[in-house]
Amino acid sequence: MELRPHDQAVVDLGGIRKEISIALVADVKVGDYVIVHVGHAIGTIDPEEAERTLALFAEMARLNEERDSKPHAAGSVGAEVLS
Amino acid sequence: MKYIDEFRDGELAKQIGARIAAEVHPDRSYSFMEFCGGHTHAISRYGVMELLPANVKMVHGPGCPVCVLPIGRIDQAIGLALAQGAIVCTYGDTMRVPASESLSLIRAKARGGDIRMVYSAADALALARQNPQREVVFFAIGFETTTPPTALTLQLAKREGLGNFSVLCCHVLTPSAITHILESPEVREFGTVPIDGFVGPAHVSIVIGSGPYEHFAEEYRKPVVIAGFEPLDVMQAILMLVRQVNEGRAHVENQFTRAVTTEGNLKAQALVSEVFELRPSFEWRGLGEVPYSALKIREAYADFDAERRFSLTYRPVADNKACECGAILRGVKKPTDCKIFGTVCTPENPVGSCMVSSEGACAAHYSYGRFHDIPVVTATAIEEATP
Repeated sequence: MELRPHDQAVVDLGGIRKEISIALVADVKVGDYVIVHVGHAIGTIDPEEAERTLALFAEMARLNEERDSKPHAAGSVGAEVLS
Repeated sequence: MKYIDEFRDGELAKQIGARIAAEVHPDRSYSFMEFCGGHTHAISRYGVMELLPANVKMVHGPGCPVCVLPIGRIDQAIGLALAQGAIVCTYGDTMRVPASESLSLIRAKARGGDIRMVYSAADALALARQNPQREVVFFAIGFETTTPPTALTLQLAKREGLGNFSVLCCHVLTPSAITHILESPEVREFGTVPIDGFVGPAHVSIVIGSGPYEHFAEEYRKPVVIAGFEPLDVMQAILMLVRQVNEGRAHVENQFTRAVTTEGNLKAQALVSEVFELRPSFEWRGLGEVPYSALKIREAYADFDAERRFSLTYRPVADNKACECGAILRGVKKPTDCKIFGTVCTPENPVGSCMVSSEGACAAHYSYGRFHDIPVVTATAIEEATP
């Protein structure tokens, strides 16, 4: 949210403003998402990779639907878990 | 919160569960160890086990920082506060870990020890600046995630020439602990459970990268899938492990690509290696002495090393006899196998370390899973009992 001197920055943690250290991460800028551990940013989130993971989840849901729509698969283990 | 809520979607979790159920071979069982306490917590809290088929078992690992801290180390910290009169600072989780003579850091505080709970290593440094006439010791615990902040603190203390600040370093290393679970003679002697693969740590891997697990997957032929801490991450990692087992593969795969790279956080690693070096041996609760599994402060920072500064020697202390934390940390026993679980030992009054931290297997099961063990009494039974 805001960069401060001495490698400090203010982050928004679900609505809570908190000053943390960014001394352990390289090149962070306002608007980045960081992973905070004991008051220090230890890494950043790659938004493209996050989207890719979410797309994989959606793909999995689609695969299940396809399988469930086949009549022979109705009694499979997967279908039982869903019901 | 962005990048959190999307990874907790219950409907999607069921879909991944269904996918896992569709892909497991019904004629075999799968047991995977989640090394990290953060995963243990997520699995209990979100009921991940309920969404898995019966032949997929999760074994809790020793990756909870306060759980693996042996009594002898807490005794050292208590000694610094009570006998040496130092201000001892530590993370909140460490405060209630049982030590010798029915003490813990919080009880030692009640006896007059100046023990302060801090959110960050930087807070301990600030206390040292504010109290130049007092010795301030940071009791530093944790895996590769808390080590870089401690290193940063030591670097700053040296730069500022803070003469009253030191660190009691109890930082431990993840890869050596995983290796130890698979190969040490002690673990063989006490028994261990067959493990088909590992869910690799989330935050630890952000720092060290996925590289350090490569050798391990190759040598021990066990797949490792690094996973984020949200329930969908864990479930997808389990699916990836099932696929590897089915295909007879043992590779390092990364589910947590949004935060973990192959090489990890190089800036943090460089800082850690400037300040710390390997300890030849370190005692872990539950695993015993593990060679090259922890860090100590380098000679260049000797002035800030509490062990050297106060000439501390390490004295191992046996755990409470009734406590099964040792076996639970190795994945051999479940919390409910312990006689004192939920009766004598509770999060309010922990006997063993696994009940202290919310990441501990016992505390996680006590908080989120224990009602599952109690059979449901139906309404008709109550009616019959009423005259």
